[in-house]
Amino acid sequence: MRLAVFFATIGLLGAAELPRFRWENFTTAQGLPDNRVYSVCADGDKIWAGTDNGLALYQNGKWRVFTPADGLAHRAVLYLALDKQTHDLWIATMGGLSRYSGGRFDTFSQLNSGLPNDVVYSVATHGDFVWVATAAGGSRLNKRTGEWSLFNERNTPMYEIWTYSVTAAEDKVYYAVWGGGVLEYDVKTERWKDYNDPDGETEMVLFKDQGLIHEITTSVSYVNKVLWVATYFGASRYDGRNWRNFLEKDSGLPSNFLNQVKSVDGTRTWFSTDKGLAYFDGEQWATYRPALDTHAPEMLVRNAAGETSRLAVDTAPAHNYIFGVELQGDDIWVATAKGLSHGIRIKQETGKQ
Amino acid sequence: MRSGVIIGLAVLGALLLSGQPSTKPGRYPSPIDVALAPDGSRLYVVCEGTDELVAADPVTLAVAARVRVGHRPRGIALSPDGSRIYVTNSWSDTVTELDRASLAVTRTLPAGFEPIGLTVDARGQILYVANRLSNDVSVIDLASGSEIKRLAGGRGASYLAAGGAHVYVTHIYPNAGKFRTEPESEITRIETGQSTVDARLRLHNVAGVSHVALSRDGRLGIAAQLRPKNLVPLAHVAHGWAFGDSLAVFGEDVGGVVQLPLDEMERYFSLPFGVAIAPDKSRAYLTASGSDEVAIVDLKRLVAAARSPERDTLANDLSASARYVLARVPVGRNPRGIALSNDGARLYIANHLDDTVSVMDTAAGRITGTIALGGPGVVDPQRRGERLFYSSKFSFQRQFGCANCHLDSTFDGLAWDLEPDGFGVDIVDNRAIEDVSETAPFKWNGGNPDLYTECGPRTERFFFRSQGIRDADLSDLIAYIGSIPLRPNRYRLPSGELTPAQERGKGVFERVRRKDGSPIPEENRCSFCHSGKYYTNRQLADVGTGKPTDRSPLLDVPHLTNVAYSAPYLHDGSARSLEEIWTVFNPKDTHGVTNDLVKDELNDLIEYLKTL
Repeated sequence: MRLAVFFATIGLLGAAELPRFRWENFTTAQGLPDNRVYSVCADGDKIWAGTDNGLALYQNGKWRVFTPADGLAHRAVLYLALDKQTHDLWIATMGGLSRYSGGRFDTFSQLNSGLPNDVVYSVATHGDFVWVATAAGGSRLNKRTGEWSLFNERNTPMYEIWTYSVTAAEDKVYYAVWGGGVLEYDVKTERWKDYNDPDGETEMVLFKDQGLIHEITTSVSYVNKVLWVATYFGASRYDGRNWRNFLEKDSGLPSNFLNQVKSVDGTRTWFSTDKGLAYFDGEQWATYRPALDTHAPEMLVRNAAGETSRLAVDTAPAHNYIFGVELQGDDIWVATAKGLSHGIRIKQETGKQ
Repeated sequence: MRSGVIIGLAVLGALLLSGQPSTKPGRYPSPIDVALAPDGSRLYVVCEGTDELVAADPVTLAVAARVRVGHRPRGIALSPDGSRIYVTNSWSDTVTELDRASLAVTRTLPAGFEPIGLTVDARGQILYVANRLSNDVSVIDLASGSEIKRLAGGRGASYLAAGGAHVYVTHIYPNAGKFRTEPESEITRIETGQSTVDARLRLHNVAGVSHVALSRDGRLGIAAQLRPKNLVPLAHVAHGWAFGDSLAVFGEDVGGVVQLPLDEMERYFSLPFGVAIAPDKSRAYLTASGSDEVAIVDLKRLVAAARSPERDTLANDLSASARYVLARVPVGRNPRGIALSNDGARLYIANHLDDTVSVMDTAAGRITGTIALGGPGVVDPQRRGERLFYSSKFSFQRQFGCANCHLDSTFDGLAWDLEPDGFGVDIVDNRAIEDVSETAPFKWNGGNPDLYTECGPRTERFFFRSQGIRDADLSDLIAYIGSIPLRPNRYRLPSGELTPAQERGKGVFERVRRKDGSPIPEENRCSFCHSGKYYTNRQLADVGTGKPTDRSPLLDVPHLTNVAYSAPYLHDGSARSLEEIWTVFNPKDTHGVTNDLVKDELNDLIEYLKTL
């Protein structure tokens, strides 16, 4: 008992600047169409959730559900991206790409448009372009002309075409290619470059920070010219000059199996793993989850010295298996395999928030 | 990329003309829209035919000045303080900004493909422009003159009105929908705080929505619209109503959207276009561009009808308009845009095909004056034909004219069941008619060898259900149709060169071998049937797209000029996009060899087709 208190106290001191949350969880009991929530997206006060059985909108305390009967491309919604200019929602589904705009769904499929494949894993918008990751390569829609440009093994260094995630910014676009590393598109030169695991397609890590940690990439996040990559074998960070890799054994990551990475500013970054939600502030790590054994809520902290502690908390995300996160001001929304969680930030009296 | 702002050289870039009629011989002013200065001192008339903005004295009815703007100007809006005038140039894809005091052109602003209508937000900071061919709305920051974003509109986005915290946008072509279902349109609502689309007001069974107007308090909106009956044989025109000429009324005063007819039994209000609402919200005015009339609508009665328990059934009730239409006043030919004086006492009506503006005393409900805008001084056969094209006077009970389906001399985005051969038999997509005089034969089955047959006996018997077209009139009509020019193609580079994707697509279009090296039979090559200047060999072909409900699988090879704009595709409109022609309707390579293509190559082919 005394030992537990000691750890908690150490943890609190070390975690003074790490965000803490009160978690509220949503499931079908509260109106979600399915508990398997693949993606979540915030638009001001509105929250969109992409589930295995439809798209859901949380507004004014109520859920509203959209299905293919409403015009949605497919019931399985894998990813959501908000066009910050127009506030249209782009929806990646297992049956095509949909746009929700002012109550109207427009659907793009491999039959009615230039979309290369109906299995759409991810979508990102930037300016007049919509970038799409599909099971048959990447593609780009020019919203002004309607032109679709396809990117695959025929015109890029992509040797796998299973694109799993895309992130777009003013200067670069990155694709996570499942089994094919990372593909970079330079917006100015319109040239492609690939980043691969220097150890090849093995799970060995011979030279830890020499390059991308693994070829099986699942997510990319590009903020402030810093690229983060999630793989099934750890996370990688690339600042344009140097790579740094993060593994369960030598970081605060609760698992090497990552579904998503989402960086706030290039340094502060969220990791969606199969063993909880992780956060890294550049020095310290935190993990939020129901404990793997007891399922009791817990918050794990790993300080800059590598010391680990467990904090006593009252609430936790709905499940350990995390698909993705979305930030809403100080709050966070977490898509899990068994519900959607809203992390309401607990304001701390000292330290930065 | 288009530059953010093309700075116009004031005065130098503008040609400020005298108040005399246009000096260009042979061009008719063709007024299309009007607006009044806030102080009522000037009336501004957009003359589509002469590329001019004309300023007139609304009291003396004299033309005071003419200013050259861009090509095919269509819409006009004034800044809230009245200091600036904005005019859309539909074929230049720009907006001309003028200083209202001097009428000098101050800037030329960028817009999308074929900008039509426009409006300025209440703060005078943002200009919204509806782009017909890019189906979107440009949001232009007036301080910088740059287009800051595009919003997805309805297909053929065309007209706007600002009211309260919103801008409302209509569109003339229906949104894409399932084959053989009622057309769906919308009024797109933009929230002006963030300039985002926050709602789309559904217009079920509606296509061809024209102008929209808002009451000053923003609580009541009215849009002019058509309810086409394209799913039943047009033979039923004899039983009444090929088109429901109607309006959509919406807003807080109504509580939702209600469609109400403007037609009367045996007295149709053909092709409603312009709308204005009186400042005191007592009346609304709508033009019938096919019937050459202005309807005066009592708004209290209109709102009462729109709030009545039977409101959802009134759209198909030919007796309903008697509840709220007070009068129908004859005006000039093809009346289009209208504007009210600040006190609502006078209504100005742009008579598109008379080159005049009518002035109506709204209290008396009669025309009290006319502003002559000039023109060649003679009415040539093409102009006479244009008048016939837009007039409904030839059809049974004057229900509709050519322009009801060929909106603004284009198309309507609908597939029709035209002939009296049973429900759902021989469905035909409505094709565009620009630059078609050398593309005979006509009709999807190629049954009409020339435009005389196509527009004469066929139209009389199958469309209009009348025998009313004289030979001389028919000659004029043909002269006009033959003169309809091709709109500029927006997908070609200014240099005339093709982009790499378009070039690759051209290679697919012109290829003579499959990718495995085997030859493609001549008759199965894209460029064999789609050959020549108009990309048609003017023959019949069976490309495997016929349906069991078609009388023959042999179809006229359509011209492909500006094919990008005229969805849906195939003879019956069953392909909603160019892609579907091959991804859905060409399983056996009978409509060109395409099944050996990868998706990249099909996309390239489509990029090339868009340049034709």
